[in-house]
Amino acid sequence: MRTEEMRLDGNAAAGTLRELFARDVTAAIATCAGCGAEGPIGRLLEYGNGMGVILRCPSCETAVLRVVRTPRWLRVDASGLSLLAIPESVVIS
Amino acid sequence: MAGTTLPGRLIWQVATVTDVRDETPRARTLVLDVPQWPGHRAGQHVDVRLVAEDGYQAQRSYSIASAPGDTSVALTIERIDNAEVSPYLCDVLHAGDGLEVRGPIGGYFVWDIAQGGPLFLVAGGSGIVPLMAMLRHYARATAADRASIPVRLLYSSRDWDDVIYRKELERLAELPNVDVRFTLTRAAPAGWNGFRRRIDRAMLEQVAGPASDMPRVFVCGPTPLVESVSAVLVELGHDPSRVRTERFGPTG
Repeated sequence: MRTEEMRLDGNAAAGTLRELFARDVTAAIATCAGCGAEGPIGRLLEYGNGMGVILRCPSCETAVLRVVRTPRWLRVDASGLSLLAIPESVVIS
Repeated sequence: MAGTTLPGRLIWQVATVTDVRDETPRARTLVLDVPQWPGHRAGQHVDVRLVAEDGYQAQRSYSIASAPGDTSVALTIERIDNAEVSPYLCDVLHAGDGLEVRGPIGGYFVWDIAQGGPLFLVAGGSGIVPLMAMLRHYARATAADRASIPVRLLYSSRDWDDVIYRKELERLAELPNVDVRFTLTRAAPAGWNGFRRRIDRAMLEQVAGPASDMPRVFVCGPTPLVESVSAVLVELGHDPSRVRTERFGPTG
């Protein structure tokens, strides 16, 4: 688990998120189920390690999205994400 | 819906290293030939995966240094002592070797000439890499496009030998609308009259330009630098939605 000075952000999770979503979602706007704050996935704080991704709200630290890789599963906990608005793109991303 | 394209799957592929180039004592550029590379946007990265003989896997992300439009993909890697991946990429890998990559990845920390400016780029250490792709993209734009977009770079490094792309940045600084400022945090060459400290509020007040110019800001490098610089820029009145950040983790 990363400490504060080691934390990354949603950009670092973008490759893993491409396994879930058909397109890049770092520019998509996520609404935090904890506090209602809205912002791009790229601005969420990333605290994961080799086994997965934990994206936290920069306003309240709620885990907005968790993706954990086990030998047989890709486990996605999106309970901290109440809305995701993905922009339509006209460029292959 | 004219112009809407379905994105392709992002798959792991074996790229071939075609060239390696030492940039500084600590940083090396790998030039890769990636099969069916679709092109990329400035600021995007690739994921790199190494698999040991015992099956152990290590994965890291590296920003693409090359300009959009190049057929090969250049990654500049800073060697971190005792780390798992960068010593292999910097010391062992050579032309002809294969490397598993997937990409291009990213859609937030990206800039295209069509987005306009002004552009304010802030780099700490290897954080210069994605910003260099943006600068190389800018340098290839028409004179008319460049004339409408002033660009300023503030680049923090330990010392003068650690400045990645130093000569190229000095050449870019000669373009009419481009301003490059270096700050050195540990040691400076004789006669240095640039900044000699970590980036702070006073430096940003001096270099960033007024918030009313509404620049598009991109900050990249070690996490502490990125977080303090972006917080100060917001304090100085910059719109948070126009300050984009990419954290590289702890200082190497």
